[in-house]
Amino acid sequence: MRLALKELIRRPGRFVAAAVILTLISVLLMFIGGLLDGLLDSSTGAFRIQRGNLIAYSASSSRSLPRSRIPVEIKDQVARVEGVKSVGGFSTVQVAARPESDPQTRKLIPTILIGYELPPRGLPGDSLDKGSVYADSALKSRGIKAGDFLLLGSPRIPVKVIGFVDDSRYSGQISLWGSMETWSEVTQAVRPGSGGTDTVQALVIDDTSDNPEAAKRIEDATGASIEVLTISEAIDSLPGVATQRSTINQIIGVTVFIALVVISLFFALITIERTTLYGILKAIGASSSTLFLGVTSQAVAVTLLACSIAGLASVGLAVFLPPGTLPFSLSVGRVALSVGLLLFAAIAGCTFSLRRVLRIDPAAAIGE
Amino acid sequence: MSLTPALELKGVRKVYDVAGQEVVALDHADLVVGADEIVVLVGPSGSGKTTLCSIAGALLSASEGTVIVDGNDITSFNAKQLTTFRRNKVGFVFQTVNLVPFLTARENLLVVDELAGRSGNRKAALKRADQLLGELGLADRRNNLPSQLSGGQRQRVAIGRSLMNNPGLVMFDEPTSALDSKTGEHVVDLIHHEMKERGTAAIIVTHDTRITKFADRTVRIDDGVVST
Repeated sequence: MRLALKELIRRPGRFVAAAVILTLISVLLMFIGGLLDGLLDSSTGAFRIQRGNLIAYSASSSRSLPRSRIPVEIKDQVARVEGVKSVGGFSTVQVAARPESDPQTRKLIPTILIGYELPPRGLPGDSLDKGSVYADSALKSRGIKAGDFLLLGSPRIPVKVIGFVDDSRYSGQISLWGSMETWSEVTQAVRPGSGGTDTVQALVIDDTSDNPEAAKRIEDATGASIEVLTISEAIDSLPGVATQRSTINQIIGVTVFIALVVISLFFALITIERTTLYGILKAIGASSSTLFLGVTSQAVAVTLLACSIAGLASVGLAVFLPPGTLPFSLSVGRVALSVGLLLFAAIAGCTFSLRRVLRIDPAAAIGE
Repeated sequence: MSLTPALELKGVRKVYDVAGQEVVALDHADLVVGADEIVVLVGPSGSGKTTLCSIAGALLSASEGTVIVDGNDITSFNAKQLTTFRRNKVGFVFQTVNLVPFLTARENLLVVDELAGRSGNRKAALKRADQLLGELGLADRRNNLPSQLSGGQRQRVAIGRSLMNNPGLVMFDEPTSALDSKTGEHVVDLIHHEMKERGTAAIIVTHDTRITKFADRTVRIDDGVVST
């Protein structure tokens, strides 16, 4: 292995082509992964920041928040179920916003106003005053500060932004978090006939029983009028989330496969080129495993170098990307996963060279 | 000096299967090489020199017969055992000077030690490498890459590498074929000197009849039959 690493250091030119291609593949992998995470973050933040562990939709809604309507009396029934610590309504309405400072702007801000009763993480425990909202921090990129007013919908209902909360977007839109009264007022104004206070779209439930049967127990207590999901189930039911995840994961799979092919071809060629040298080394006592370990260590080293460059490039992209332009989110877990996948591809790719290394006959070193 | 012969071949036969037909490369060969004997092996192309050299050097297994190298019967060794045996007991100098191109002269010698997993005693290996390079007149070139050395110097490094594991037997495969006559003669003189000084046996495969004067004995091989 020491021999292989010395070659890597002293003859770096031989590995430039593989390193460049692998760096590009690594960048692609981390970028696609970051894009997936960014897309999912921007679609699911409103659910992920919930303190409750369960979400209930009306049974007939097919797990669709816009279709779901739950009478408020159900909330009381749920609150009485053993193990339920607290329960609160959760309702949404999509609405375009304008800064009050620029009411004639054509650059409307797509937002989703969320009325809540159980405060998620990052929001104060006390109910907010009517007309006051917390906004997702992505709104800062539109020049909005705490204390500014937004005008919602065509009736231009004014709401005051009193603070910001991180990572709370929903369906790719900036969320505004207000009381149920605020939600009702805005909804009735932008969608006459909707926004009554006798129903909510969903219930957020904090169940402390830690019982896998909790959802079933709550559903039964309401005469099966609601369907209770865990937060992760509710996230998977959001429109597009499962499709996005599946599509991008397939792209990641194909990219890893391409990396595997590149590594296997490159190191197979290098092994062919080194046949004589390997024959000599075998003749003087190198085992096939020693030589294969050398090839693999070179592939791993080149891959780690490529990943390091790609990691720096991805961090640079994440830092310097103007907020709100691309849904790109880079995490340590994503970088580690990308590195892990590429290392797997590197090691798996080298196994194609193993057969060639095994077939090199040390006797061929004599009599050439 | 050991009295055990460096090599004993008893009735060694090697048969290859070529396209379904048996080809006899070595036919009941008998050969004994003394502990510090230098034997030159001559014969026309295809006569079986390479096969004999490969079997004696633990690169190939014989189809029949007994092979004893430095007192070790290696006849029934498997590939893994042969690899370990070569690593510790046999030295090789090849026809084309096959040094590792990205290693210095000194590192090319240390490779043998690293392959044997003896790098724990790095200091001793460095000392031995430097001593060998000094004896071969390469003390001032130890940090040069093979590309920075002349043909003769490269072959001297290869000789140093073959002696690094302190072998009982060194196989030389056409050691002068890539050198001009003057350098070739100098290299063979050096081989003779190094082998005799260490009491190490050597088999030199060659077409170059000028080499025979440096040998203790010349062995001829024709159509796989050894005649001493």
